[in-house]
Amino acid sequence: MALITAPNIFPNEEPLEAGTTRLNLGPTHPATHGVFQNILELDGERIMSAEQTIGYIHRAFEKIAERRPLYQITPLTDRLNYCSAPINNMGWHLTCEKLLGISTPKRVDYLRVIIMELARIADHLICNSIVGVDTGAFTGFLYVMQYRELIYEIWEEVCGSRLTTNIGRIGGFERDFNDIAFTKLERFLKEYPDVLREFERLFNRNRIFMDRTIGAGPISAERALNYGFTGPNLRAAGVDYDVRVHNPYSSYQDFEFDIPTGTTGDCYDRFLVRNQEMWQSLRIIEQAYRKIQDMKGQEGTIFHADVPEYYLPEKKDVYTKMESLIYHFKIVMGEVDIPPGEVYHAVEGANGELGFYLLSDGGRSPYRLHFRRPCFIYYQAYEELVKGSMLSDAVIVLSSLNLIAGEMDA
Amino acid sequence: MSLTNDYIQQRLEEQFPGQLTQFEEPYGMLTFEAPRELNLKVMQFLFEDPELSFRFLTDLTAVHYPAYTGRELAVVYHLHNLVANVRIRFKVYAPIAQPDVFSATKIFMSANWQEREAFDFYGVNFVGHPNLKRIQNVDEMDYFPLRKEFPLEDQTRIDKDDEMFGRGGSFDFGNRQEDGAPRQIPDTEQ
Repeated sequence: MALITAPNIFPNEEPLEAGTTRLNLGPTHPATHGVFQNILELDGERIMSAEQTIGYIHRAFEKIAERRPLYQITPLTDRLNYCSAPINNMGWHLTCEKLLGISTPKRVDYLRVIIMELARIADHLICNSIVGVDTGAFTGFLYVMQYRELIYEIWEEVCGSRLTTNIGRIGGFERDFNDIAFTKLERFLKEYPDVLREFERLFNRNRIFMDRTIGAGPISAERALNYGFTGPNLRAAGVDYDVRVHNPYSSYQDFEFDIPTGTTGDCYDRFLVRNQEMWQSLRIIEQAYRKIQDMKGQEGTIFHADVPEYYLPEKKDVYTKMESLIYHFKIVMGEVDIPPGEVYHAVEGANGELGFYLLSDGGRSPYRLHFRRPCFIYYQAYEELVKGSMLSDAVIVLSSLNLIAGEMDA
Repeated sequence: MSLTNDYIQQRLEEQFPGQLTQFEEPYGMLTFEAPRELNLKVMQFLFEDPELSFRFLTDLTAVHYPAYTGRELAVVYHLHNLVANVRIRFKVYAPIAQPDVFSATKIFMSANWQEREAFDFYGVNFVGHPNLKRIQNVDEMDYFPLRKEFPLEDQTRIDKDDEMFGRGGSFDFGNRQEDGAPRQIPDTEQ
């Protein structure tokens, strides 16, 4: 039987050629959750290659930091990973303290741990619920937003701001936690486990969610290490590297917690690892809060180390005491010389190892400051993660990597 | 056996006799300097040696030292042995006139963008890099902004008429004359 061919009703038009399509995903696409661009080469719906372009919100923080005294660099670190700004702030304070040789009281360490773990929960919460949104489940996102709000309210009580927190000072905190902060923290510890459990019930065994995420954007442990993965993304690939355990800072060695790991490093594992980490963070916060409550007397009210050269004196002392006035003036005018030194300090940020490489030549501001931004480094692997998969996977892989444009571009 | 800084230094000196210098331990991290032709050899040795096995490139960046004539640009590598949990740092120096350094992309995939960033801001030419172009700044830029010859602007200067950023224009910050013309810069030569 002869095949019937359709008559060509557009004889003057050129026939469609089978070829690849170039698709711009970003820079301002709603699915990229940040300002960066992916140029995808598509064959039908299959991704042949991806080229990333970043730098749309580059703000030259490393250059600006070369003109600023140490305490004025903290607001710059806010704007790296703005979903968990307190971790960046604390990382920076800890770097300065390492360079200056300041040791902080235990209570300060524990208060910092509470703030940092709250930040980790806030960050993972956003990341995981966004993965949900990108797979078509909007409920979880709205549901957990209420508790991110509660976390922000706690920060607000401690430092007065919510997103870009500028929380803490070199040596401790600017003021002690008030009762409202502790009440809100108690409320969070009481209510959040149920919410997280329900969030997990929404997703973990959800047929649609599993079909969309299992096997999407997998990476082996070896490749992940070679690509410089850190944080939950590396742990999802099966490597139990966590800065909090390997190089404890801020008294993390005093707490008992597990490092959750995955096996395949795909989107589903990354999602599960983040959920598990939130449970571990809750454990840490509970322990830290109990330890703080157990502190009595002088030890129970201290909230900063005794470093008058770097820690602003109380305002009423500035008006009444000469010494405080001098220190206040020197700190505010940035006239404190930093000792020369070379220091690398890393903290476990919400999406990986956040490192600060600080070189000081003895001047008033760093000679060179370099931020090791985790998602700048692991975003390189994006092409390898999505090559050969479908276009819809590209979006989930983006959101499950927890890419923050502010951190990538510094 | 735990991997101590002394042991790493001893192994390195055996492998590269007399070529590695400036061994230091600032804040506990072993730091040394390698000749720039040897950067890949050193990295390869640290990577492949079964005892040392520094298999994780934590950080790669550059520093500009205008005072070091003939070796102005430093490239700083931070390596990490995740099993023994030891970090080391090593540096290579290159002259700013010809800042050629071998690319580490063959050993570490993560070096790719970090080297592009070091090229972008300092102009270090990574030989053998697959795609050495600017990453944060615009492609048309013809200078390397983090080098020290570009100082940040002095916030107190008054010679600029810049309405967008609060200097000059309708705001009076004392840098305008009565008729609205910019005030002359006072002659600072004594």
